[in-house]
Amino acid sequence: MSDAHADIVIRAEKISMIYPGTIALNEVDYRVYRGKVNVIIGENGAGKSTLMKILAGVQKPSKGTIYLNDAAVSFNNTRDAASKGIGMVHQELNLFGNLTVAENIFLGREKQHGLMPLDTAEQHRVTAELMARLDQDIAPSELLSNLKVGQQQLIEIAKALADEADVLILDEPTSALSKTEVELLFKVIRDLTAQGVSIIYISHRLEELMAIGDHITILRDGNFQAEAEVKDIDVPWIVREMLGSDPVSNFLNPGRHFGKPVLDVKQITLINEMGHTLVDDVSMEVKSGEIVGVYGLMGAGRTELMECLLGLQKYSGEVMIAGHNVPAQMDTSDRIRLGICLVPEDRKKNGIFPISSVSNNMTISSLWRRLKHRFSIDEEAEMSAVASAIGDLSIKVSSPDIEIRALSGGNQQKVVIGRTLLTSPKILLLDEPTRGIDIGAKADVFEMMVTLSEQGIGVLFSTSDLKEIMAVSDRILVMSGGKLTANITRSEATESALVSASAQGL
Amino acid sequence: MKNSHNTVSHYSSFMSGEGLLLLALKMRTFIALFLILAFFSFMVPSFLATSSLVIMVKHIAINAFLALGITFVIITAGIDLSIGAILGFCGMVAGWLITKGIVLPMFGIAIFPSVWLVVPIVLVIGGLIGAVNGVLITRYNVAPFICTLGTMYIVRGAAMLLSGGETFTGLAGNEQLGNTGFELIGTAKLLGLPYAIWMMFILAGVIAYIAKKTQFGRHVFAIGDNEHSAELSGVKVRSVKVWVYTISGLCAAIAGIVVSSQLVASHPATGVAFEMNAIAAVVLGGTSLAGGRGTIMGTLIGAFVIGILADGLVMMGVSEFWQMVIKGVVIILAVIIDQKQSRLQHKAAIVQQK
Repeated sequence: MSDAHADIVIRAEKISMIYPGTIALNEVDYRVYRGKVNVIIGENGAGKSTLMKILAGVQKPSKGTIYLNDAAVSFNNTRDAASKGIGMVHQELNLFGNLTVAENIFLGREKQHGLMPLDTAEQHRVTAELMARLDQDIAPSELLSNLKVGQQQLIEIAKALADEADVLILDEPTSALSKTEVELLFKVIRDLTAQGVSIIYISHRLEELMAIGDHITILRDGNFQAEAEVKDIDVPWIVREMLGSDPVSNFLNPGRHFGKPVLDVKQITLINEMGHTLVDDVSMEVKSGEIVGVYGLMGAGRTELMECLLGLQKYSGEVMIAGHNVPAQMDTSDRIRLGICLVPEDRKKNGIFPISSVSNNMTISSLWRRLKHRFSIDEEAEMSAVASAIGDLSIKVSSPDIEIRALSGGNQQKVVIGRTLLTSPKILLLDEPTRGIDIGAKADVFEMMVTLSEQGIGVLFSTSDLKEIMAVSDRILVMSGGKLTANITRSEATESALVSASAQGL
Repeated sequence: MKNSHNTVSHYSSFMSGEGLLLLALKMRTFIALFLILAFFSFMVPSFLATSSLVIMVKHIAINAFLALGITFVIITAGIDLSIGAILGFCGMVAGWLITKGIVLPMFGIAIFPSVWLVVPIVLVIGGLIGAVNGVLITRYNVAPFICTLGTMYIVRGAAMLLSGGETFTGLAGNEQLGNTGFELIGTAKLLGLPYAIWMMFILAGVIAYIAKKTQFGRHVFAIGDNEHSAELSGVKVRSVKVWVYTISGLCAAIAGIVVSSQLVASHPATGVAFEMNAIAAVVLGGTSLAGGRGTIMGTLIGAFVIGILADGLVMMGVSEFWQMVIKGVVIILAVIIDQKQSRLQHKAAIVQQK
């Protein structure tokens, strides 16, 4: 054992993290090997982020001890962790486009004393050294906004290295990168490990993990599940360990009937201003009464596809909604009247009207359905529609006049779903409908989807959770890099097939 | 049922303490209006005489036109600084049309439109200037503050250019040209009240109706609350915003007509800094500059508070300089109270929800 310890830079023992109502981590043992790429993987909610936040000093564990180089340590904050050599690069970049590379790297710890001016020369010298270490040809005085996303990612890494990080945590570093940028990042990671830096690498992309990882640790439902050397294992093993063998719950009754297509999409392509293809030649259809799940990783193009269907993006291709041909330039409100509606992914940003009442939140999309003399709002009809939606969706609310921000996440989500239902949609799009809501509310949302499909509504939903997609889909589409990489009925779908389709072309 | 009972008891316990405070805060513009009225009727002997009240409300009406118009703009989290200038410009256009007519050099004649034509032309011009603001803001992504600051200067400059800085006088028109009657808008009375006061209440009624009972009104609030959500919910954000600025310009044109009719003259510098009084009235009335929250009734009362404060202080003989200081203090106090209210309201909602 003592020999093995020499190779271990961080040893976390029996780490628990308990939140009111849930246990995010349950006595997890975790080891980080020196100079290696330590991969950690698990489903959403498995506890990887929580564990990493604890290691980086963002949170303190409820129980357990962390040993850094065999000495027990505890971190009060991220600065504390950084001073002991642990740096973290978050999935969302924390950089400022209006500052130079050097200014970004030294933000909050500028080389300056008293009233003396900033020591720009020294900052530039250190930055240039870091760039040399990362083998990058980036001038310290370059404006950050002039860099590509991949280069910005490297600046984040440089920021951590400027703190003399010994252990570097990378949280899904490739989710926004192109293929060549990923290769560049991998080269940097290999250089760093050769210099003795230990890397903790979080990603959902299994192929990537196989390519770059040395050690793999798998968490499941807040528990330590398995640990292995990457060279000894394969992808199916990872999927098995990650998902376990619990039977997948099934919300669908046998013998489901589908009608005519309510959504028919041909060759949708979306290219953004930067020239990246976000949705690449996608064709598919959803029948009345059918639930179609779209599985894919972050950045696979699921949200963008839904935005195209709703007319929020300028795309090319053909869309038919409930038998009506939809010209590409038709705006959102006209599409909604044809019978398509979206429950967006980011509820806070795109879903709710926080200081408006529950009732106004619900009816905003469907006011045109409830007008007197085609002009003034029929308030009686509005009130009864709101009351019945609150009942149907079992929304817990003391009064429909209350501000929506006073509700829990799950209830807010139900209000947003209620809004779409009041438009009497023929095809309902739900983008990650279960994000950020508790398990009970999740089951409610699934049951509601099934009920709606039995009423003849076509449902298209997206998720990055395999169990969810197996639980409620009649048919499963997989997207990867903007392309549709699989289109299979549920009975034929296997988890490992879905996982490998989601990593195709990356 | 058990659940709902619980809710009620929670709610009533909240009502006893902070609930009353919240109610007082919600009614604060009313309370402020009442206090100011009480104060001045105590301090100024003839304050409540009908004649002085009517004059005061006539003054208030001008600010109320602007404030009512700009309320929708502020609810969408925008701002319109150009309304004072539009007021001045529209007065000048009316003055030009009545005193100089529409000159057609190729025929060597000038057409003098009747007042029944002058008024609609001026209203359309006011609305169009507002629409230009709206288009610049939505199409070219100019921040509302900057855009309307720019149009404020342009429109004010245009007003000056119309007459070379001179005043158009004699807006009563000429019997022979058939364009008399413009001064009646500002001076004539119906049932003992000047037209301007009736117009103020009618406009407030119309705008309040739009706010409460129409799709457009709901869309205005939705945009101010969360523009992204509004877009996804099928609100035509751009077109609603263009209309909102159009309404603001239209209301400024109404104010411009009334002012120049009352004076029977139009001066190009009329209305300088009037937008500030209008914004103050809207904010006093409880409309949040951050958007999404506000009432038309509040704006109307806000305009009354500002107007009564101004005229009352004059009647008391308080110096103009102190008037400014006092107005500033009242505005800041109003916003502090507004912040307090929205926090308490949120808290109350959460308690009620539990």
